[in-house]
Amino acid sequence: MQSLYISETGLRIKLNGKKMELESKHIKIKTKDINVYYDTVKVLNNINMEIEPNTVTALIGPSGCGKSTFLRLINRMNDYIEGFRKEGDVLLDDKDIYSKNTQVELLRKEVGMVFQKPNPFPKSIFENVVYGLRIQGVKDKQKLNEAAEQALVQAAIWDEVKDNLKKSALALSGGQQQRLCIARTLAVEPSVILMDEPASALDPISTAKIEELIHELKKDYTIMIVTHNMHQAGRVSDKTGFFYMGDLVEFGDTKEMFMSPRKQETENYISGRFG
Amino acid sequence: MNKTQSNRLKDQAFKYYGIFSTVLGLVLLAVFIIDILMDGLQRIDWQFITSLPSRLPEKAGILTAWSGTLWIFALTALFAVPIGVGAGIWLEEYGKKYRWANLLEINISNLAGIPSIIYGILGLEIFVRMLGMGGSLLAGSFTLSLLVLPIIIVSTRESLKAVPNTMKEASLALGATKWQTIWLQLLPASFSGILTGVILALARAIGETAPLIVIGALAYVPFVPTSPMDEFTVLPIQIFNWVSRPQHGFVVNSASAIVILLVIVFFMNAIAVYFRNRAANKVKW
Repeated sequence: MQSLYISETGLRIKLNGKKMELESKHIKIKTKDINVYYDTVKVLNNINMEIEPNTVTALIGPSGCGKSTFLRLINRMNDYIEGFRKEGDVLLDDKDIYSKNTQVELLRKEVGMVFQKPNPFPKSIFENVVYGLRIQGVKDKQKLNEAAEQALVQAAIWDEVKDNLKKSALALSGGQQQRLCIARTLAVEPSVILMDEPASALDPISTAKIEELIHELKKDYTIMIVTHNMHQAGRVSDKTGFFYMGDLVEFGDTKEMFMSPRKQETENYISGRFG
Repeated sequence: MNKTQSNRLKDQAFKYYGIFSTVLGLVLLAVFIIDILMDGLQRIDWQFITSLPSRLPEKAGILTAWSGTLWIFALTALFAVPIGVGAGIWLEEYGKKYRWANLLEINISNLAGIPSIIYGILGLEIFVRMLGMGGSLLAGSFTLSLLVLPIIIVSTRESLKAVPNTMKEASLALGATKWQTIWLQLLPASFSGILTGVILALARAIGETAPLIVIGALAYVPFVPTSPMDEFTVLPIQIFNWVSRPQHGFVVNSASAIVILLVIVFFMNAIAVYFRNRAANKVKW
């Protein structure tokens, strides 16, 4: 039996019972009519967003606009906030991550996160990198060593720490700590990386390194980054979403948005008239 | 006198007040310790430590008392530490989302302020009578566990609260379960604080007299307890008993017993400080 039809996301072929999908446009992350409340305060208002794989999406907007809340929806870190409530769906690879049978630990292996302030554990560099694997129960020494090296290389910090893997992670500089935190995230082999102002606590040189890194990581990961730095958004991202007072005011190609924003608020914010 | 001068004067005045307060406390404590040592040291010898009680002061010893104290210490630690730390973890890490847990927290803090004799009465009713344990080590350590639980719970909570939230988020975001995060990050980071609370609690437990007298710990025990169901006495009760005797020899004995009790408490605190410093050196952020 053979069949061929066009599905929502692309072309689907069925040949001798075997299914094949040729997707023209695969959607990695999709949010549908998202509303978020903290107790009675509505902080996100009807957000619909589609994010393609292997892209960098920057979320910009003034403080308190809801961009961090939106980012933390994707790996369910808001679950711990008192009074948090959401409506609507968040789909990762077409699966609802808020459904009852989602295991939140598995979700977070798929969706890693890098925080604003470098937050290495008070352990050795090596133990920091393999933490995610250790909690999954990986004990094989060789496997851990390989994973650690691979992650550190990917995070562009291997050359700086390869001789000191036993040293405390807290002895590293802020910029190194942040790249170590990225390495720690990569070691779990996620497909999405969320970054919540990853360079805002760093000096310009470390910031440049992180941005370069983001550019590299795009090949293998889908990246969402919250930033207060317009130039950073312009440099690193393919798509930009502008949040204002809980609304996604504008979402589109970064270049287009920075050159010719469609909305007046976006233009005001980008040109530095407020925010 | 202008404003600056008067401010400086106040500054100086407060400094001298601070010195005075510090010295006063230390001097009083030193006088007390010297007095006790002068009375007590003459009586402390191997015979005193290894003898059973007696009605003759020069033959009496504190073997049963200090072994009872060690029993009480060990059993109370065994019961109170896991339960207290467990309750502290739950209240801080899991119970926050329930409103009634807040109510619980206020009550636990209040429990820490209840006179210890009330716990003795509770222990007498529940452990000694209802559960038929009698005046045993078990009943005593259960009662003291109740007494010190609030201290352990509160200090566990406070220590966990002091761990930066970023540490917790880092662990959870890497796919750790809540329990893994608690076990691998929060407990190691708060270990020294929890240990300090535990030691304070246990030091209080081995210094308590009133609740144990209420549950029927004996002043005269002519044998060393060998099981938790045995009757017992402890150092503070022995001291209390000897102090109230008319013979001068027993007063000397009680001073000696106080020295021994001080040594035990001091030793415990030393161990705690050692572990705390070791843990504090390992964990920094």
